[in-house]
Amino acid sequence: MNKITIESLSLQYSDGTESLRDVSMGIHQNAVTVLFGPAGGGKSTLLRCLNRLNDLTEVKASSGQILIDGENILDPKVDVIALRRKVGMVFARPVPLPMSIRENIIYGLELAGEKRKSKLDEAVERSLKLSAVWDEVKDRLNDPAIALSGGQQQRLCLARVIALQPEIILLDEPTSGLDPISTGKVEAALLELKKEYTIILVPHSIQQAARTADYAAFFLTGELIEYGEGKSLFTIPKQKKTEDYIMGRFG
Amino acid sequence: MKYFFAQNRHTIQRLGFAAITLIAVVTVLPIIGTVVFILIKGSSAISWNFLSGFPHDGMRAGGILPAVIGTLYLTIGTAIFSVPLGIAAAIYLAEYAKDNQWTRLIRLAIINLAGIPSVVYGLFGLGLFVLFLQFGTSILAASLTLSIMTLPVIISTAEEALRSVPQAFRTVSISLGATRWQTIRRIVLKEALPGILTGVILGLERAAGETAPILFTGAAFFLPRLPNSPFDATMALPYHLFVISTQVPEMPIQIQYGTALVLLVFVLTMNVIATVIRSRARARRQW
Repeated sequence: MNKITIESLSLQYSDGTESLRDVSMGIHQNAVTVLFGPAGGGKSTLLRCLNRLNDLTEVKASSGQILIDGENILDPKVDVIALRRKVGMVFARPVPLPMSIRENIIYGLELAGEKRKSKLDEAVERSLKLSAVWDEVKDRLNDPAIALSGGQQQRLCLARVIALQPEIILLDEPTSGLDPISTGKVEAALLELKKEYTIILVPHSIQQAARTADYAAFFLTGELIEYGEGKSLFTIPKQKKTEDYIMGRFG
Repeated sequence: MKYFFAQNRHTIQRLGFAAITLIAVVTVLPIIGTVVFILIKGSSAISWNFLSGFPHDGMRAGGILPAVIGTLYLTIGTAIFSVPLGIAAAIYLAEYAKDNQWTRLIRLAIINLAGIPSVVYGLFGLGLFVLFLQFGTSILAASLTLSIMTLPVIISTAEEALRSVPQAFRTVSISLGATRWQTIRRIVLKEALPGILTGVILGLERAAGETAPILFTGAAFFLPRLPNSPFDATMALPYHLFVISTQVPEMPIQIQYGTALVLLVFVLTMNVIATVIRSRARARRQW
């Protein structure tokens, strides 16, 4: 059963930059689905459709639908706040909010109305452990989050998303600014997380795509060129364009 | 030959630095000069009686208490109207307004508002608040007039402060399930607050020192008692200074300088507070 079904999704920004053209795909539950391809291919746009973050951007035209658990989330009547709690997002550059580590984690929960300290403490510990940063920050939860290293900040951002107990986690090149060791830690955390969550990752390299993908989708200039299981797609791609890109012949 | 040019370039650079330093000093000198001059001339007048007493003998003796209290009232009154309105307008412009004809019109109005001579505000206040709305020559009318004059300063500095908060904070906050307003209240306003406060204080400081806008709307030549309602007229430091400097013959000169000194200290204190808030916030800022 697909967690997410995207049906003929097209989108064009007002400034004419990135766009999506007639994208249809199903995304599996409890797996890592990787969206890869050259810049400007529509990967980030697709991610930002999934949690309606595109509402903040000027969109010229869009059509098609995205079903999450059977509900079309592009419907204007959808409760976007609830949707964003269900579909969390980690950005390319770690952005700790200007507050302490603990406050960063509980920010979303407090907005959702959780006031009980025990629940909040529990969420802090659980999410920081799941994102593999607990041991490094447990003694300084009240320090400003900005004091952490880049890698720690990004795992904090991941924990901040997990704290809301979403069902889907979107990651937009989450390791692009990180060193290999931090990248390894984030990837290991994703492996652990996919047991509970549906993960959609825009990787920052082909290697990362191949390492992490259960399923992989290749995007080129707004179109979905090829989509399939990661193992087969990266070893025997069916499309010439996919093969060229994987082999490094363009992009 | 090479060596000669190297030497020469150093000399030119040194001369350039000297010129720039000189210009910097020249711009600061008038300010320091004014402060020192008034300090020397006025400090002999300052005493507890001067600050806490009423003027008597046709203002040629006694203190300036009603003017000090009056300026305080006017500043507070101006803050009550202009601060919430100014911040609300800035939030609208920075966070909600789309870049269209309507917004551009508002911005144009604000810029022009800032350029209007203060005496015009005074006449406008006289027409609208004193006469048409029948507030009379009162603290209320004067505060409202000063508020209109202060608004552009508050709006533009507050908008600037709001805009300087990184966009990424907003995106992240929204992605975590915050509404736009929650994001503004919990993140953006909190981070912009020092900048907003600086603008507020600088705006109010200007209002506190103005004479023309209160001339027709709330300032009294002389009052034997303190105002006890917003509908009373009041004495105020800048106007009092104007009166005792030009309207009263045989005025003892040190009372004039003493009054000027009090006004100067009042305004400079606000300025220093604004500077302290700003530098503290910069040191604490997490982005």
